[in-house]
Amino acid sequence: MRQNTFIRLLIILALLAISAYIVLPTPKPDFVKNLVFWQEPRGRDLQIKQGLDLKGGLQVLLASDLPGGAQPIPEQMESARRIIEDRVNGLGVAEPIIQQQGDDRILVELPGVTDRNLAIDLIKQTGQLEFVDAGFTPPLDGTPISTTYSLYGGLLFPETLPTGKPISETLNAQAATKVYNTAFTGEILQSATPGLDTLGRNVVNFTIKPQFQEAFRRYTSEKLNQAMCIVLDQRVLSCPTIRAVLSADGSISGNFTREGANNLALVLSYGSLPVPLTIETTRDVGATLGADSIRRSLVAGAIALIAMIAFMVVRYRLPGLLSAVTLVFFMLTSLALFVLVPVTLTLPGIAGFLLSVAAAVDANVLIFERFREELRGGRTMRAAVEAAFQRAWTSIRDANISTLITCAILFVFGNTFGASAVRGFAITLALGIFVSLFSAMFVTRTLMRLTFSEQAETIEARRAVLLGV
Amino acid sequence: MFDLFRIVENRRYYFVLSLLVILPGVLAMIYNVITLPTHTPWRLSVDFLPGNRFEVKFTQPVSEDQIRSVFQSFGITNPAITRLGDPSENIWQVRTVFIEGERAQQIRSALAKVALLDENSTQIQSVSPTVAAQVTQAAVIAVIVATVAILLFIWWSFRKAEHAFRYSICAIAALIHDILIAAGITAIFSALFNWEIDALFLTAMLTVLGFSIQDTIVVYDRIRENLTRRRGESFETVVTRSLLETLNRSLTTSLINILVLTALLLFGGASIKQFVAVLLIGMISGTYSSIFVAVPLVVAWFERDLWGTKQRAPKMAVAGK
Repeated sequence: MRQNTFIRLLIILALLAISAYIVLPTPKPDFVKNLVFWQEPRGRDLQIKQGLDLKGGLQVLLASDLPGGAQPIPEQMESARRIIEDRVNGLGVAEPIIQQQGDDRILVELPGVTDRNLAIDLIKQTGQLEFVDAGFTPPLDGTPISTTYSLYGGLLFPETLPTGKPISETLNAQAATKVYNTAFTGEILQSATPGLDTLGRNVVNFTIKPQFQEAFRRYTSEKLNQAMCIVLDQRVLSCPTIRAVLSADGSISGNFTREGANNLALVLSYGSLPVPLTIETTRDVGATLGADSIRRSLVAGAIALIAMIAFMVVRYRLPGLLSAVTLVFFMLTSLALFVLVPVTLTLPGIAGFLLSVAAAVDANVLIFERFREELRGGRTMRAAVEAAFQRAWTSIRDANISTLITCAILFVFGNTFGASAVRGFAITLALGIFVSLFSAMFVTRTLMRLTFSEQAETIEARRAVLLGV
Repeated sequence: MFDLFRIVENRRYYFVLSLLVILPGVLAMIYNVITLPTHTPWRLSVDFLPGNRFEVKFTQPVSEDQIRSVFQSFGITNPAITRLGDPSENIWQVRTVFIEGERAQQIRSALAKVALLDENSTQIQSVSPTVAAQVTQAAVIAVIVATVAILLFIWWSFRKAEHAFRYSICAIAALIHDILIAAGITAIFSALFNWEIDALFLTAMLTVLGFSIQDTIVVYDRIRENLTRRRGESFETVVTRSLLETLNRSLTTSLINILVLTALLLFGGASIKQFVAVLLIGMISGTYSSIFVAVPLVVAWFERDLWGTKQRAPKMAVAGK
């Protein structure tokens, strides 16, 4: 055995062993799990992640709903996404997906959620936080009110938000119901934490982002001793009175219980969405539908694999048997890759994977057909192996590049409108194509060299039986 | 005598066969555009239509009127209510106008008061009007972008051959052939068995596109190789030789693909059956078109003779095996 071939064989065996270890559902120690440092620490369980359609759960697509149909800027969407992520993580759902889709949408997938109403409430709660000028007669807590920002994006300090318009510009004199002037939106807040004042009362301490401190100082000095209401989704949460000129930080005191202070701090820090969102679509998938589909797809996959291997062995004899080894290698490494990346497996994802299996087989077919041609053309066993790989390569390369182009377009297409299913298909197919290129050009080649180049004489003697040529 | 191996010479028969398969599908698409309320070539699923779809499984028998009165109490005047599956399963599908997420959940709770729901087998989908419009738009763009990208890729990979552009155009013609067949047969099923197309259908179409090109490229690749290795032979001879040399591979691969897809069709989950069926049709068409459409078309273009009926020069007549 040549040294080169021997090293290749060792690499293949090592990859096989590692993949098998990753894929098999044995419990893994923590230090192994932590090797996948690029994954979220919470999700490092080295298991195949199942998508919503397999596991059941809730999918919600949120769209920005800025007053006047204005487009949100990317930073606003990103911070809105992070805020929702924080809230969802508080819900304790395993493997939630919170992704931005296009310019103005956020996709939330909550696999395995049973209490759907609670989940929708939670996402909805991440509403618009406003600080409203209430003068000397603040409304009672819990009252729904109209504000200038919610009506037409009007702000007393328009420079605080890129989308805000100054109130003077859009002022209308409809006094049928009282419209409160919005001073700021929740975006000015840096942080809010519950705490105790010097007298041991519960308070909420807050800090203002540096760029808004000057505006906040001006406002609090103008409106000293007046009420500033904290309004979430046009409902008054609390109306503290401005007792001092504030700029960088301050505290809100009232008759808070410890829990009340805690809740207000949470809303102030997480409810301060930079963009108002509405629920655009919801999809609610039952779990048993998914479980049944998985079982069926696994059975279908197993049957397809056996049929494929049987076909290859009957058609190509000894090379067909070698390709069975390659196929097992291909499947194990692909699945291991899905675990490592990680790829969330959906029904179309499984379909994409099975199609990449077909591409892997096709690569082997191309090589074996060439091999037979070269043998018929009178080449020696060893020369035929090398020529087969060399000449099949351009076909394999070009065919796979075209599939990868399609994958890339599907991926972009799936990303733009929240069809995560289409994206899943593209990802598994593309990964499968890369693995299939490696299995054909590296694994099959090494196995062919091992058998045909090393054992050329033995095989030559039984050529009709072993090769059918 | 009709010689099966004279694929390029007998191209008119294969072209006619293709047209015979494409035509009913196109007619079905036209029929659907006229008869369907959406005026689209296929029956659209909720993915493309603004509105809600409730799929609910009750634990006890309920009547259609009971379901209807629940929806009417929420102000939804004409829900489309259909029973799914066996009557003993108590599964109902209700399609309505677009309902916001929160209210849809309230309706779900109200339905659960009629008779207890099997929560695990109950689904609600809702798509707002803007999303539906964007899905359709994105789909059309995806198909065009994919086609152009592949056209450029083949053009580039044949840059050393004579008239590289012709190969790309013929590959795209074969691709359109396959898409038409897959989409047309879907339209027939849509008219006959009420098939609805969803986002997965687009995935299927784009996969058919990939299949079609993959197959065509393998044959083209052999032509490209033989053109440099066999400079003495006529173009038609080289092409026919390349076709026959790759025939084994084409048939083997497509047989294996048929095996995989048939296994999925027979044993896979019900939710992907339609998807797999469309793939299977597209795949068979893809293999056929790479041999009997894409390559004969290239020859037809070079000889400026679409049907292959012009008088041939004697040396061309020896083409074949």
